[in-house]
Amino acid sequence: MSALNIKKGATSHSAYDLRDSHMQVEESHTLAVIVENEPGVLARVIGLFSGRGYNIDSLTVAEVDHTGHRSRITIVTRGTPAVIDQIEKQLSRMVPVHAVHDLTAEGPSVQRELALIKVVGKGDARIEALRLCEIFRAKVVDSTLESFIFEMTGTPEKIDAFADLLRPLGLSEIARTGVAALSRGF
Amino acid sequence: MTRSMTGARMVVQALKDQGVEVVFGYPGGAVLPIYDEIFQQNDIRHILVRHEQGAVHMAEGYARSTGKPGVALVTSGPGATNAVTGLTDALMDSIPIIVLTGQVPTFMIGTDGFQEADTVGITRPCTKMNWLVKDTAKLSETIHQAFHVATQGRPGPVLIDIPKDVQFATSEYVPPSKARTDHYQPKVKGDLDAVTRMVEMLETAERPLFYTGGGVINSGKAASQLLVEFADATGIPVTSTLMGLGAYPASGKGWIGMLGMHGLYEANLAMHGCDLMINVGARFDDRITGRISDFSPKSKKIHIDIDASSINKVIRVDLPIVGDVGHVLEDALKIWKARGRKVNKEGIAKWWAQIEEWKKVKCLSYEPSTTTIKPQYALERLEALTKGYDRYITTEVGQHQMWAAQFLGFDAPNRWMTSGGLGTMGYGLPASIGVQIAHPEALVINVAGEASWLMNMQEMGTAMQFRAPVKQFILNNERLGMVRQWQELLHGERYSSSWSESLPDFVKLAEAFGCKGIQVSDPKDLDDAILEMLAYDGPVIFDCRVEKHENCFPMIPSGKPHNEMLLSADASAFKSGAVLV
Repeated sequence: MSALNIKKGATSHSAYDLRDSHMQVEESHTLAVIVENEPGVLARVIGLFSGRGYNIDSLTVAEVDHTGHRSRITIVTRGTPAVIDQIEKQLSRMVPVHAVHDLTAEGPSVQRELALIKVVGKGDARIEALRLCEIFRAKVVDSTLESFIFEMTGTPEKIDAFADLLRPLGLSEIARTGVAALSRGF
Repeated sequence: MTRSMTGARMVVQALKDQGVEVVFGYPGGAVLPIYDEIFQQNDIRHILVRHEQGAVHMAEGYARSTGKPGVALVTSGPGATNAVTGLTDALMDSIPIIVLTGQVPTFMIGTDGFQEADTVGITRPCTKMNWLVKDTAKLSETIHQAFHVATQGRPGPVLIDIPKDVQFATSEYVPPSKARTDHYQPKVKGDLDAVTRMVEMLETAERPLFYTGGGVINSGKAASQLLVEFADATGIPVTSTLMGLGAYPASGKGWIGMLGMHGLYEANLAMHGCDLMINVGARFDDRITGRISDFSPKSKKIHIDIDASSINKVIRVDLPIVGDVGHVLEDALKIWKARGRKVNKEGIAKWWAQIEEWKKVKCLSYEPSTTTIKPQYALERLEALTKGYDRYITTEVGQHQMWAAQFLGFDAPNRWMTSGGLGTMGYGLPASIGVQIAHPEALVINVAGEASWLMNMQEMGTAMQFRAPVKQFILNNERLGMVRQWQELLHGERYSSSWSESLPDFVKLAEAFGCKGIQVSDPKDLDDAILEMLAYDGPVIFDCRVEKHENCFPMIPSGKPHNEMLLSADASAFKSGAVLV
């Protein structure tokens, strides 16, 4: 990990906790939660967020290790540094939680989301939508004479930008997976 | 060697293998196979309660007074939902209990079957962990894991939901030694560098203070002994939360009394004025801290807690130590001795002189009366007349609970059972039965208010059936005293629904249950009445008619700091924000 890429508030490279929890600025953090893949575990994690009044901006979950019964939950949340710290500790103490990583605090990470976007239209709007699809490196995965479904993978911001441009061109439906994220390097 | 058996037999076998001697429970359709197994053995005693909430509070009382986990067994649906208050109570106060619930057969789950409820869904936020076991092959291992989770780390309640077909089906029994528990192994040793730093801080502190909590008691008797040794060797004063009473003896030379909303003047001012606060197994509850922004403004704060999420949750501390209180105190004591047993003698002597000044305020003094029994007087007499006994105290919730904490002294841990975090009215009577079942020869007293006591009074039937000679010491003011007090001080003396009308005649009620009832209203008769209660070999309902409008002081009103305590009901002083320091 490059020392230069440490984000504001990161603590992993410092001997001291540099975060001031009395600072009332909300930050967005991406947490990777490795859990035992068992019934109810997602409800347990979500219940913690609703029960203690924490935010969820995005959430994805899937089994990542079939033999080890491990699932990975990726949560994008918002809060003051003190709240983020509490969320991490509250998650860590849950019995079926094996590990919690604050990808935002631990260093640089890669974040990706997949979206399927349906655009309905004819004529110039349809051609313009296809042109934007090329510019954004999206893929056409379904086509009729009056519609496209685009598949796009990218950061949430890139998907937002793409969707915003498609809105006047006939965007009718959008399905997003939520963020999946991994820390860079090893 | 493997053993094949039904799920129902597995439950009983697993409980035996976990050393369980008593189960508190109530049968019903979905747990009948387990009750059939209980019927056919003699190792585990079953205490039939009168309401499932009672079963869970009894398990809590049993657990808190023995240090061992308590077990409750209830049926599906209403049995499980009635257990919810007890589970939440145990979660808030970190009490290790295992609740077994029956469930409709697996193939009926989700069909709104008779007495079906989503028990794991309902109890997920009020247990440390819960399981729905859908396969008999996993049942015994799950029960062993449940005991492990309930007792390791920060203790808490766990629940296992067992469908009826899983109880009937047969599979191999897994003994405790073969059960997988490796995935839940909380850290118990504190970081040694941090512990050394703690010792350095207390060596130089001028006004140090131990602020101890229920964590010391949960850690075990050794932790209490280490606390006593450490506090006495350093001369550092000790205050405690409601949950921690008895960890440091009330007769100890370092004891300065309970702190908090109804804590002692000297304890709260010591919290406010200390320069080093050592939080040992407490959690900065809002009943303790008062206004956060003015909480102990001049102190460095050290926090020892086995639960990392308790640290920096409410109060930001300077030195966090995650670990078991007993282990951390042991290491700290060793390091302190190795470094030459240094303390700031001069500073601490001045500190004690200051505390002695505060003590002169005599914050617990009250207006005595020769005509009516003051609740404080009743507790003073109870304390005096029971001091020599092997005594356990439980309480309900309200004024009487605070007076009990102020006027009764506890010299050992596990002797004081009260609902702290959740504040559950109706806790004390069933808890006292749980304690008495664990300690049949001891004197067990539930200090109660009449309103709280009525909430679970059906359990007197349990006390009678199982010959639990619990003494129900009811301070009867015919009021919801604490509610009334708040209405007097904060709601313009508008006493909305805070009096107890149509109260039963407690003496006749006792007779109806088949036990002894005593009523006393004249202070002159009080001692004899208490002695009569103590002499009776069986449960007693003691109706102590006390002053109806007595208020509990000192009091830190919500949102006020520690140095803005009320010492009397002079409401005008309160309204003008008078500071009593």
